[in-house]
Amino acid sequence: MSELDIFKKLEILTDAAKYDVACTSSGVDRPGMEGKLGTAAKAGICHSFAADGRCISLLKVLMSNDCAFDCTYCVNRRSTDCRRASFTPEELCELTMQFYRRNYIEGLFLSSAVVKNPDYTCELMLSAVKMLRDDCGFWGYVHIKAIPGASPRLTEQLGRYADRMSVNIELPSQQSLKLLAPQKSKEKILTPMAQIRDGIAQNSREIVKYKAAPRFVPAGQSTQMIIGASPESDRQILDLTEALYKKYSLKRVFFSAYMPVVSDRALPAIDTPPPLLREHRLYQADWLLRFYGFTAGEILDEEHPDFNPLLDPKCNWAVNHMEHFPVEINTAPYEMLLRVPGIGVKSAMRIRSARRQCRLDFDGLKKLGVVLKRARYFIVCSGKSASPLPTDNPAVIAGAISERGLGQRKVDPPEQLSFFAPVREDGVKCLTGQI
Amino acid sequence: MSDGANIVYRYDGTYQGFLCCVAQCFFDKKLPQGVQLLDEPQGTLFGIKAVDTDERLAARVERSLSVRISPLAQDMVRKGFLCCMEDKELRLIRFILKGYRNGARVTKLSVDPDVHAIDKALLYLKNEAHYHVEFMRFADCGGFLASMITPNNMVLPLVAPHFCERFNTGNLVIFDKTHGMGFVYQSAGRKREFFQADSLDLPEPSEEETHFQELWRLFYDTIAVEGRINPALRRGNMPIRYWQNMTEFQR
Repeated sequence: MSELDIFKKLEILTDAAKYDVACTSSGVDRPGMEGKLGTAAKAGICHSFAADGRCISLLKVLMSNDCAFDCTYCVNRRSTDCRRASFTPEELCELTMQFYRRNYIEGLFLSSAVVKNPDYTCELMLSAVKMLRDDCGFWGYVHIKAIPGASPRLTEQLGRYADRMSVNIELPSQQSLKLLAPQKSKEKILTPMAQIRDGIAQNSREIVKYKAAPRFVPAGQSTQMIIGASPESDRQILDLTEALYKKYSLKRVFFSAYMPVVSDRALPAIDTPPPLLREHRLYQADWLLRFYGFTAGEILDEEHPDFNPLLDPKCNWAVNHMEHFPVEINTAPYEMLLRVPGIGVKSAMRIRSARRQCRLDFDGLKKLGVVLKRARYFIVCSGKSASPLPTDNPAVIAGAISERGLGQRKVDPPEQLSFFAPVREDGVKCLTGQI
Repeated sequence: MSDGANIVYRYDGTYQGFLCCVAQCFFDKKLPQGVQLLDEPQGTLFGIKAVDTDERLAARVERSLSVRISPLAQDMVRKGFLCCMEDKELRLIRFILKGYRNGARVTKLSVDPDVHAIDKALLYLKNEAHYHVEFMRFADCGGFLASMITPNNMVLPLVAPHFCERFNTGNLVIFDKTHGMGFVYQSAGRKREFFQADSLDLPEPSEEETHFQELWRLFYDTIAVEGRINPALRRGNMPIRYWQNMTEFQR
C-alpha cells in the first residue's frame, strides 16, 4: 500500500468517509493557549460548503478503509472490490495541522473501518490523535468515532483526546441491524454509548472538585442512523431519537438518507432516490424536540405514524390543535410563542424582549424580523388579526400554509388566445407535407 | 431638537471626529442635514460646517455614552461606526440623542425606526464578520500567514482578535482591500497593529503552499455526495461574494 501517494490516499479515505453526516464542531468553548495551535468555539464554525450544500467543518477522513466487517449497506464492506488505503499517524497530523493553520478546517473528524479487529483499530486511531495533541500541539476540535466492540479501556483513552465522540447506531431497529449488519448488535453499540455517557457524568463531577482535572469528551456524544434502508416508520425513528436524548444524554442524533451505493437483495434497488424529504422532516422534528419543548408523542402518534409530506411537523401540530390559537403576541407565554408556526427561537426571544418596552403590532413584528407568512393565521396583536382567511376551518389554513399549496404551484405564463392557434394535428400535417 | 438646521457637517472620517460631531450637534441643539467627509466633493447647497477633531471632547462624549446611556449603547455606537449603512453618521447621532433622552432603554426600543436601522446594520456587520471567520483563507508566505479580504463592512477589528488567539504560534497579516486597512500580528511579543495602505503585494506561493492548496481542493471536491448535489443550498449557506477569496474556488 506504500506506493500510494498522499493525494490518492486523501481521495480514497475522504470518499469512504463522506457518507458520515456528523460534521459539527460545536459543544465546547476552549480559549487559545500560548504555544498551541487552535481554539474551539461553542457554537461551532463551518469553514466551507461542499457542492451538496452540506457544511465542511472538520477534516472528515477514515484512518483506514480496509474493513474486516461485511455490513450490507456500507461502501467499505469486506466483499466489495474497491481501492484500500490507510493513513499513517504522521500523514494525518501533517494534513490536519497544515489545513488548520490556513483556516480551511475547524479540526479533525477521525473515523475508521475495522482493521483486523476493533481493538487494533482503536490503537491505530489512538496513536494518531496522541501524536496530534501531544507532539504537534494541536488545540482545535477533534471528533472521534468510537468503534463498537473495542475494549472499554481504549475507548476511555480515546475520550481523553477527543472533544466529541460518536457511536453510530446505524439502523433504527434491532431486526434491521441483524439483517443488514450481522457483525454489529444493539448491545455492542449501546455499551460504548453508555460508557461515554457515564464517563462524561463522572468527569463533570471531577471538574467541580479539581479545576485542572483532565477533560473527557467535553462536547458530548452524538450518533447517526440511516433512514430508508429498512422499513421502520417515522414514529419509531422519532421515539428512538427521543429515547436516545433522554437515556444517553446525547447532544445530537443525525439522520442520513440512504444513498444506494451497493446492490443487495436486502436493500432498496440501486436506482431508488434517497428519501431526502423524509430526512428533512426528521431533522425538523428533531429541532422541535431539542429547542421547542415538543415531545415525540405530540409530533406523531398511532393514527399518524408518518410525517405529512406537505406540512412541516410544527405546522402540522398547529392545524391539528387549533384550540390553542390564536395566540396574543403581547401576553402569551414564551413557550406558547415557540409553538406558533413561523416563529422560531430567535423571533420568540426578540418578541419577549421588545414587548416589555411597548405594545407590539404587526408593523412592529415585521421590524423585529418575524416572518408573518405562516404566523399570521395563528396570532393576534392587541386582539387584531392579520389573517386574510377565516381561521375557523383548520383545512383552509392547512391548504394556505402547505408547502405545495396554490401559492407555490407553477402556473404557465398567460398568452394571447387565437382563433387559429395551431393544434397537434396541424403539426403532424405540416411534417407529412399535407399543407 | 426636532427640526434640522440647514447645515451639513464635515469631519475627518475618524471615530473621534464623529464623536465631536455628536458634541457639536448637542451644543447647537439642532440636527444637521447630513454628515460628510472632509475630502468629499461638495454636492449640496446647504451651508457647510467643518467640525474639528478634539481628542478631549471626543473622550468626553465617549464616556457619556456609557455613563448616561449604557455600556451596551456605547458598544453599539462603536460597532455601528464600522458598518456600511447609508447616512451612518446621521443615524448614529439620532440614536445617541434618543439615548440621552431615554437612557438605557433605548437599546431595547427595537421597533423605533432609528434604533431599528442601527440594529439591522449591526446584524449585517455581525453576520459578515462571522462569514469572514468561516471563509477567510490564509496562505503561508514563508514566515507569516497572509489573507486578503473584500468585506462591505469594516469587519477587520472584529475578526482580528479571533485569529490572533487561534494562530498565536505564528505571524499573521490580514489585508482589507475594500477599505485599504490592514492588520499585523507578531507572535514574538504578541504585537498587534493596524495599518493603512492602498494595496499590499504578497510573494508568489511556494511549492509547499501550492501542494497543500491542491490537497484542499481535492478534499473539497471529494467530500460532496454526488446524489445530493444542491447548488442553491450551497449558495444560501456560502454567498458567492465570498468565493473570490477562497482557495477551493481559485483554480
